[in-house]
Amino acid sequence: MSATSHDTHHDDHHDHGPPPGITRWLFTTNHKDLGVLYMVFALIMFFVGGAMAMVIRAELFQPGLNLVDPHFFNQMTTMHALVMIFGAVMPAFTGLANWLVPIQIGAPDMALPRVNNWAFWLLPAGFVLLLLTLFLPGGAPAGGWTMYPPLILQLGDAFPFLIFAVHILGISSIMGSINIVATILNLRAPGMTLMKMPLFVWAWLITAFLIVAVMPVLAGAVTMLLTDQYFGTSFFNAAGGGDPVLFQHIFWFFGHPEVYILILPAFGIVSAIIPTFARKPLFGYSSMVYATASIAFLSFIVWGHHMFSVGMPLSGQLFFMYATMLVAVPTGVKIFNWMATMWQGSMTFETPMLFAIAFVILFTIGGLSGVMLALAPVDLQYHDTYFVVAHFHYVLVTGAIFSIMAAVYYWLPKWTGNMYDERLGQWHFWLSTISVNVLFFPQHFLGLAGMPRRIPDYALQFTDFNMISSIGGFVFGLSQLIFVWVIIKCVRGGEKASDQVWEGAKGLEWTLPSPAPYHTFEQPPVVK
Amino acid sequence: MSDTQQQPYYVPHDSRWPVFGVPGMVLLAGGFSGYLNGTGWGMPVMVIGAIVTLIMTVMWFRDVVHESVAGKYNNQVDLSFRQGMAWFIFSEVMFFGVFFGALFYARVFSIPWLGGDDPATSRFLWDSVVLSWPTAGPGEMYRALEFTPMGAWFLPTLNTLILLTSGVTLTIAHHAIKEGHRPKVIWGLAATVLLGFIFMCVQSYEYVHAYQDLNLRMDTGIYGSVFFMLTGFHGLHVTIGAIALLVILFRVIRGHFTADNHFGFEAAAWYWHFVDVVWILLYVVVYLL
Repeated sequence: MSATSHDTHHDDHHDHGPPPGITRWLFTTNHKDLGVLYMVFALIMFFVGGAMAMVIRAELFQPGLNLVDPHFFNQMTTMHALVMIFGAVMPAFTGLANWLVPIQIGAPDMALPRVNNWAFWLLPAGFVLLLLTLFLPGGAPAGGWTMYPPLILQLGDAFPFLIFAVHILGISSIMGSINIVATILNLRAPGMTLMKMPLFVWAWLITAFLIVAVMPVLAGAVTMLLTDQYFGTSFFNAAGGGDPVLFQHIFWFFGHPEVYILILPAFGIVSAIIPTFARKPLFGYSSMVYATASIAFLSFIVWGHHMFSVGMPLSGQLFFMYATMLVAVPTGVKIFNWMATMWQGSMTFETPMLFAIAFVILFTIGGLSGVMLALAPVDLQYHDTYFVVAHFHYVLVTGAIFSIMAAVYYWLPKWTGNMYDERLGQWHFWLSTISVNVLFFPQHFLGLAGMPRRIPDYALQFTDFNMISSIGGFVFGLSQLIFVWVIIKCVRGGEKASDQVWEGAKGLEWTLPSPAPYHTFEQPPVVK
Repeated sequence: MSDTQQQPYYVPHDSRWPVFGVPGMVLLAGGFSGYLNGTGWGMPVMVIGAIVTLIMTVMWFRDVVHESVAGKYNNQVDLSFRQGMAWFIFSEVMFFGVFFGALFYARVFSIPWLGGDDPATSRFLWDSVVLSWPTAGPGEMYRALEFTPMGAWFLPTLNTLILLTSGVTLTIAHHAIKEGHRPKVIWGLAATVLLGFIFMCVQSYEYVHAYQDLNLRMDTGIYGSVFFMLTGFHGLHVTIGAIALLVILFRVIRGHFTADNHFGFEAAAWYWHFVDVVWILLYVVVYLL
């Protein structure tokens, strides 16, 4: 088929391979190159943020102030969150979108290739500014990634760097997302109707809409912080008629869609992997699409559940509580669809499938603790405790990050042309899955018993669970080195992968050779 | 097959300007940060960064214009540009939404609460202070501020008319470009840019008036904050829009557009109308109400 033919030369592509040398990566407009850049950047940031987590867990291994200065501890919790959210998870998903969306919809590249290059290179720019703050007088941001005033206004020289880093990362995400929306809406191959698109594409279409809608909101919020600090405005200053709580409202109007930005692409990945290894079509495709859209819609009207303890009219608490619990309905639809897909399937358990199944189980644990947190009366007890930490690490680590790992194992043979080392993959999976539960499950108990988050010391009765949690953390951190080794090994060689790679895999990307050629679908395939 | 077969989707070979311009953005942001922290190197670094960023912008658009004139863009590329611009404007709408939201919050929630509607709050903060919009806030320092709020009459109303007229002249130019009537396009665009320029002059005069005569500044509590934030960001966008239209005017004079193919014009026009609509909302909630 025309998909794999490369003899159709035209003006703009006399050569079909990448240019040699470093300029290939600096100047590239190729969606596959940019996908690689995004994912390598995300992997580096995963280890930078992970190192910060190791500092946190080492300090919390025993009660008392043991290793680091409390102020440095606070910098670690804040920077860990910012690095993992904006440096690891979002770029990893954007990288996957870059690599996969064009080859899943039969497009020659992304719709706006130059913007794609710009959106990527803004990421290292933002992180130069953000990580630089660690070396500035007064240290890095230490008031929590949520940047609540007035606390954040006590930050030293790092303050404007933080604000502008957020601006630049915001521009990057918005540009990347505009590109993804334009690609999906405009570059689908003939016959690839919206309701035939793979769910990963659907999930990213909706995610990209969320990003374009809420990243400017974060930009506006931090701009007001900046003017409050340096230009005398009073947005968050009650003496001048403003209100610090206003920041919380604006921040979480961004923040809640943001957490769905971090999980919707994961739903798309899992919806691709489970049918392949269950050897059955996905159960309830259209309900998956509607559920994703419903979750996205609900994300705009639930922000208040992050602020139950700040003081809010009863009617507001009730509204946000019920709206939040509604999110469980479309999410439940997804969980049941994945279970029904596996039901009576002839399943095999290669590494991607293991991560996908672990995702379904462990993400559900995080989802259920989310329903507990949604209850306004009990949230007053849970608020700002380790229960919240346990909750969002279940959805972000065993949710978002497990799905990214599943995706890497699943598509790596398509990217490199080589099969990864299955034995090492299994080791990585089992070590990660056991240790991540040792790491985060005890934090539920710590939170319910009242241990506050973001504190470097704790009361003696919390010692045992903290030690267990830290041991789990160290093992989880070390296990990720296996992941890196698997990737390097697979890139360098290994058993050759077939075009379809997995016998149950369906979709346009599996019609391409492995590795996928530098330019694909220059003439669009026809989808029946 | 269709014309996709004859002319494939244009994917540029490489893109040098982002890698050139992004360090400029780091210098711009880092220099501004240094300036805000009171360092000596801040301002010069910021200026260098701004120049580099500006060069990136100009050269990037230059490349795109050359490719467009060379006919490398098929209809599908045109549609990608349209969607890109539309979503960009949507993101701008959300950005302005934040500041409108802050104004709404201050007027509907925080001012009444601080002014006694919520006794549990106001008693412990500033007891028995009566507040009503427009206000600079309940704190001693802010209560002592004597300022006059910006009235809707006469200059803001005049400015509204100027901006609305500019929307009309732009639409005249748009119809003319579709009819291939170039002198009328030039006339309409020139009038639009001129009206935008007059708008900015009046706005600047209004700012000087606010600072000198009305004692209304950015640090005049919440009223000054939202007034200058909303009108300031709007003014910035008018400036950007006017520069875009000016570039388009030169491109029209050079004959870059045809009756069927003039997306560059339309993108700038969409942006101008967006700025126009923001102003109408702004005029109503900032000046009138």
